[in-house]
Amino acid sequence: MKTLVWVEHEEGQLKDATLSTVTAASQLGEVHLIVAGEGVGGVAEQAASIAGVGKVHVADDAAYAHGLAENVAPLIVDLMGHHDAFLAPATTTGKNIAPRVAALLDVMQISDILSVEGTDTFTRPIYAGNAIATVKSSEAKKVITVRGTAFDKAPAEGGSAEIEQIAGTGDQGLSSFVGQEVAHSERPELTSANIIVSGGRALGSSEQFHALIDPLADKLGAAVGASRAAVDAGYAPNDYQVGQTGKIVAPGVYIAIGISGAIQHLAGMKDSKVIVAINKDEDAPIFQVADIGLVGDLFKIVPELTEKL
Amino acid sequence: MKVLVAVKRVIDFNVKPRVKMDGSGVDLANVKMSMNPFDEIAVEEAIRLKEKGVATEIVAVSIGPVKAQETLRTALAMGADRAILVQTDAEVEPLGVAKILRKIAEEEQPGMVILGKQAIDDDSNQTGQMLAALLGWPQGTFASKVEVSGDSVDVTREVDGGLETVRLKLPAVVTTDLRLNEPRYASLPNIMKAKSKPLATKTPEDYGVDVAPRLQTVNVREPSKREAGVKVASVDELIDKLRETGVVG
Ligand SMILES: Cc1cc2nc3c(=O)[nH]c(=O)nc-3n(C[C@H](O)[C@H](O)[C@H](O)COP(=O)(O)OP(=O)(O)OC[C@H]3O[C@@H](n4cnc5c(N)ncnc54)[C@H](O)[C@@H]3O)c2cc1C
Ligand SMILES: Nc1ncnc2c1ncn2[C@@H]1O[C@H](COP(=O)(O)O)[C@@H](O)[C@H]1O
Repeated sequence: MKTLVWVEHEEGQLKDATLSTVTAASQLGEVHLIVAGEGVGGVAEQAASIAGVGKVHVADDAAYAHGLAENVAPLIVDLMGHHDAFLAPATTTGKNIAPRVAALLDVMQISDILSVEGTDTFTRPIYAGNAIATVKSSEAKKVITVRGTAFDKAPAEGGSAEIEQIAGTGDQGLSSFVGQEVAHSERPELTSANIIVSGGRALGSSEQFHALIDPLADKLGAAVGASRAAVDAGYAPNDYQVGQTGKIVAPGVYIAIGISGAIQHLAGMKDSKVIVAINKDEDAPIFQVADIGLVGDLFKIVPELTEKL
Repeated sequence: MKVLVAVKRVIDFNVKPRVKMDGSGVDLANVKMSMNPFDEIAVEEAIRLKEKGVATEIVAVSIGPVKAQETLRTALAMGADRAILVQTDAEVEPLGVAKILRKIAEEEQPGMVILGKQAIDDDSNQTGQMLAALLGWPQGTFASKVEVSGDSVDVTREVDGGLETVRLKLPAVVTTDLRLNEPRYASLPNIMKAKSKPLATKTPEDYGVDVAPRLQTVNVREPSKREAGVKVASVDELIDKLRETGVVG
């Protein structure tokens, strides 16, 4: 089977999510990559050096500069003429593009796979991860999104794939990019961090969130996450949200501070290696998944913890 | 312009789903069912567009069992003008739903179709994107802001890096994220009024759509459980335990 993997990149850097997707694809067969964007020569070279990759297709065109699904989907559909499966990481980019590709190919997508059980059989979470379904696809072409935390990263070095420039399919004239608000942080990225400090509604305000959570995270070299309630209340930006409908994380240590542990939150972090919970309610559901729990007032505990570490 | 909203009847978000012993699926017998939370946000957004004078009529559509009427009545009570139930007892996959919605969109000619970004039961996050593809329309997924001006709409999207705004030519498909709005509750008088709003019942066959599943569910199981942990009594003890993990220096 020949697979085509979507290369996720930002500002000339290939993103880690690509590497886990390559691992999933390699369990299906030969791995080819598609790099789409503007001025992506550097990304193509990074892609070509991923271990185990057979070929890198590069579509360098202004129409792909912002990954607009309307422009990218026809490009993938063309390439699917000689590939059997399209895999994208289950990031907001992958989730935006892949279903558009699937519908154009008239196939049903398999979302957010956790494992490859065979060339047509996969597992995936449903109901906020409260159930794991094994699904079998009879489609001639497969369209798949891959959960990054469920697959090891393919080595970023060691490969020397051939790079092939391909002609673009042009701007479909349906959509255009207007702007973005992207925060640049010195901290590690949420989905690849080894330690995450996450704050909930109990932090009470944006000021307190940053005054308590940030210093602890910095002391630990950790990324910062948040519950939906904290994001809705404006204590933290939307890209901090961990959960069923936010980011899925699985760090070495996840520290949940003033987070109750609703199923939607647990869905995003319960595969962390070690879960630490700090909550004043000893019956909070978060303690049912926590490896280490401390019952008490976070406004006392967190400053003490930050100081003593 | 007319706005079409897709609403799905799903397990209530407050219910903890239980996997059936025989591994055939999740037990929904006697479980509270509600409108998919993202679809409430979709209905609310349509109503706000109408209140702003942008939308003229709101049509709510659901594909599902006869009980999905309740979901549609909720949409009508919130403020939708009429509803279409495409009745089937089969579990229709996102591709099938998208194909039915395409036919309805071709009939109704809306300026915008608003869907939730994700149904909280199948967690697919596909239908809106598929519908946009089938119609050849642009898509504004994971929307946290929707601003119509003239023949285009600016959609601000919640993306992994933060926020991104795209301009889409109308007609367009929009899928909602959590921060788009806070859905209203239907008032009692509006619930009463909703009972007399038009609700048409159709079938997938009426639209000539084959909804046979493309994916076969081999089995459904519970995820592996985490082992119970320990509670510590002090910050010092917490630090000791953290150091034992080897991750925290
Ligand atoms: C469609 C849908 C999707 C959702 N998606 C997500 C998602 O992706 N991610 C997500 O997180 N949620 C999601 N939710 C929301 C989820 O259901 C919960 O509402 C949310 O996770 C609660 O956030 P919280 O734990 O911060 O707040 P709360 O549930 O209010 O918990 C606050 C906790 O802080 C504790 N506390 C209060 N004061 C103190 C103190 N001084 N010291 C210590 N502890 C204290 C309390 O005991 C309580 O346990 C979703 C909901 C819906 C309907
Ligand atoms: N059976 C259905 N009836 C009506 N709308 C649906 C149905 N299934 C999915 N949708 C819409 O598509 C969105 C995304 O669903 P999904 O792709 O299944 O995650 C939902 O939030 C609904 O707006």
